[in-house]
Amino acid sequence: MKTVKVGQGSCGISAGASAVFSALQKLIAEQNLDASLSVTGCIGMCYLEPIVDIYDEDGSLLRLVHVSEGDAPNIAAYLQTGDKASVEKLEVSEDDKQFLAKQTRIALRGCGVINPEEIDDYRANGGYASLKKVLETMTPEQVIDEIKTAGLAGRGGAGFPTWFKWNAARQSPGEEKYLICNADEGDPGAFMDRAVIESNPHNLIEGMLIGAYAIGAKECVVYVRAEYPLAILRLERAIKQATEQGIIGENIMGTGFSCSFRIKAGAGAFVCGEETALIESLEGSRGMPRLKPPFPAQSGYWHKPSNINNVETFANVAWIIENGGEAFAALGTPDSKGTKVFAITGKVRRGGLVEIPMGKTLRDVIFDIGGGMRTDKAFKGVQLGGPSGGCIPESLIDTEIDYKKLGATGAIMGSGGMVTMDESTCMVGMARFFLDFTAKESCGKCTHCRVGTKRLLEILDRICKGEGKPGDIELLEDICAEIKAGALCGLGQTAPNPVLTTIRYFRDEYEAHINEKRCPAGECIDLIQYSINADKCKGCSLCSKKCPVQAISGEIKKPFVIDPAKCIKCGNCMDVCRFGAVEKR
Amino acid sequence: MSETCSCCNSDLTLLDETLAHYAAVPGSLITVLQKAQGIYGYLPADVLRHIAEQMNIPVAKVFGVATFYTQFRFAPVGKYLIMLCQGTACHVNGSLLLEKTIFETLGIKDGETTADGLFTLKNVACLGCCSLSPVMMINDETYGSLTPQKVRDILARLTEEAKKEEMSE
Repeated sequence: MKTVKVGQGSCGISAGASAVFSALQKLIAEQNLDASLSVTGCIGMCYLEPIVDIYDEDGSLLRLVHVSEGDAPNIAAYLQTGDKASVEKLEVSEDDKQFLAKQTRIALRGCGVINPEEIDDYRANGGYASLKKVLETMTPEQVIDEIKTAGLAGRGGAGFPTWFKWNAARQSPGEEKYLICNADEGDPGAFMDRAVIESNPHNLIEGMLIGAYAIGAKECVVYVRAEYPLAILRLERAIKQATEQGIIGENIMGTGFSCSFRIKAGAGAFVCGEETALIESLEGSRGMPRLKPPFPAQSGYWHKPSNINNVETFANVAWIIENGGEAFAALGTPDSKGTKVFAITGKVRRGGLVEIPMGKTLRDVIFDIGGGMRTDKAFKGVQLGGPSGGCIPESLIDTEIDYKKLGATGAIMGSGGMVTMDESTCMVGMARFFLDFTAKESCGKCTHCRVGTKRLLEILDRICKGEGKPGDIELLEDICAEIKAGALCGLGQTAPNPVLTTIRYFRDEYEAHINEKRCPAGECIDLIQYSINADKCKGCSLCSKKCPVQAISGEIKKPFVIDPAKCIKCGNCMDVCRFGAVEKR
Repeated sequence: MSETCSCCNSDLTLLDETLAHYAAVPGSLITVLQKAQGIYGYLPADVLRHIAEQMNIPVAKVFGVATFYTQFRFAPVGKYLIMLCQGTACHVNGSLLLEKTIFETLGIKDGETTADGLFTLKNVACLGCCSLSPVMMINDETYGSLTPQKVRDILARLTEEAKKEEMSE
């Protein structure tokens, strides 16, 4: 019997995986085919969705990509006859296979392979064996030691040693302690936490229960973004199943350890990714950061000792217990151990989730695995770490992925969002984009962040409109320094990073905007103008028909003209022209 | 807030069950607000006052919390809620142009609703479908790899569908 798995993470579903699943379900039933159909999560090859995996009895895999509902009959024919001819054109290419082959999967293991909706599938693949080992054979101190040996550091952005936080919470006096998972994945461009919860929720639960045992917590809480409905649904189901099997609740696995587990849906505030703001939100208040110290390990949720880690951090724990801390530490660099997951998006050819050992270079991820740019334009830079991170230029592409080395560039490892940009992306515009984000998301508690981000945004707005003045760059740098010094939490302290790194590496673009009123990337609407090259225009009138504001006029077979007063610079004319006659300056 | 809310006669009994369950649970204000929005479609002022009273929390705190989080709305939304992703990947791939296209087609900006009550536009942070960027979500459906033309087509189709529904009613 063949096993058919349809990848149904959020991206897969958006690309049409549910329709493919329903069509296959119908055909398998109608034709009484000898095949079992199941759901799986995200394999991370988002650019190939929807993906259908067909496993033979001997475990060999046929992976079909870009599958549509209409392909279902061909897949059914293959299931019936075993003749690959009907699905040959859908088979994943050798090149695309390399996308996965070059990865090392620890946090993402099981994602896109196991069924996230069935606990038995997780257990059949060795799931909850680490928890059993911990509860039956290890003391909490031994668990913390193992994590220390592994050198696991917080994957949410700060990179703080996990064992240290666990130990601090363990050492804090008090009976009532909490273990909290930060799944408020707010960095635009990062989606690995969503993928882990949607694709392998039990791996998160197992990691958290091990953490709870280590620090002595009796309650686990997962704070998830409300924008992730599927993740919440799958996690709810996983918690229910684990409770039914005695893995959550009283006397877990008969070992005497008890721990409850619940989900709290966030309500949309980026600052809640900061751990003390998250605690405020958990308590039902505005998510505004608290002053540290006291640290959450001493006084956190309801002022009890609490430990907060990110989803990806917990997703590594079961593996570490199973394979030993030394095996984890063997991967990576002296300063950064293990692997890191990156969400690679933007202008890259192969976008998706990439997990690689620390110490690989940005080039390995973007070019070797990601396949470089999908446009015909040259690679310009990569934005790492979202609104708290920075833009790294092409010249630093051989930087090793390591907390310290990335930090030295002015960017940060961050949560692992990697947005690639080509020459058509304006870097001043990019800085403006992030400041627009942080200005909106600043909670307002600290004046420097609340007012400073707004002022930065106003200046960047002005520069993008061609109203920049000499001295603006220095003014930006000055305000950035003030914000860094005057903000209480990570959001404010890192908000200037996108501005500072773009000034550091792309100063010429700022200067072109300010001094020449020119946007070299041709993206800032106020600084560009469309025109028709009379020598190339054949007078077909297509652009004039597609212009939404009737700004293009002319006679058939004679060159057309754009009226700049009417033009809204939407670029439609340039997109539709078959002769390359529309030019942008 | 009260200017946009003409309906201070919400059926407060719809909240009874939620409040019975959560009123005494510490820290559950956000959950109650989420449930209330699920029931009413938005958070009318009288509902917020009622929640404050029943949970014994100052009205100012309830409003403070509700206005802090982007998930909460204080005016009814249109039949179709367009959530336009403004994440980084979508930005790099042209989401600003889509916002412009929506404005030119429907005449609405972020947070506004069309006069006929059909469409509401809301800019949102990353929807997490970065590989399909630029992306928008209308009600429960996600539309990916968008271009201005695709957006115009989708909006035209939905307008057409709404018209047909109205005719048949």
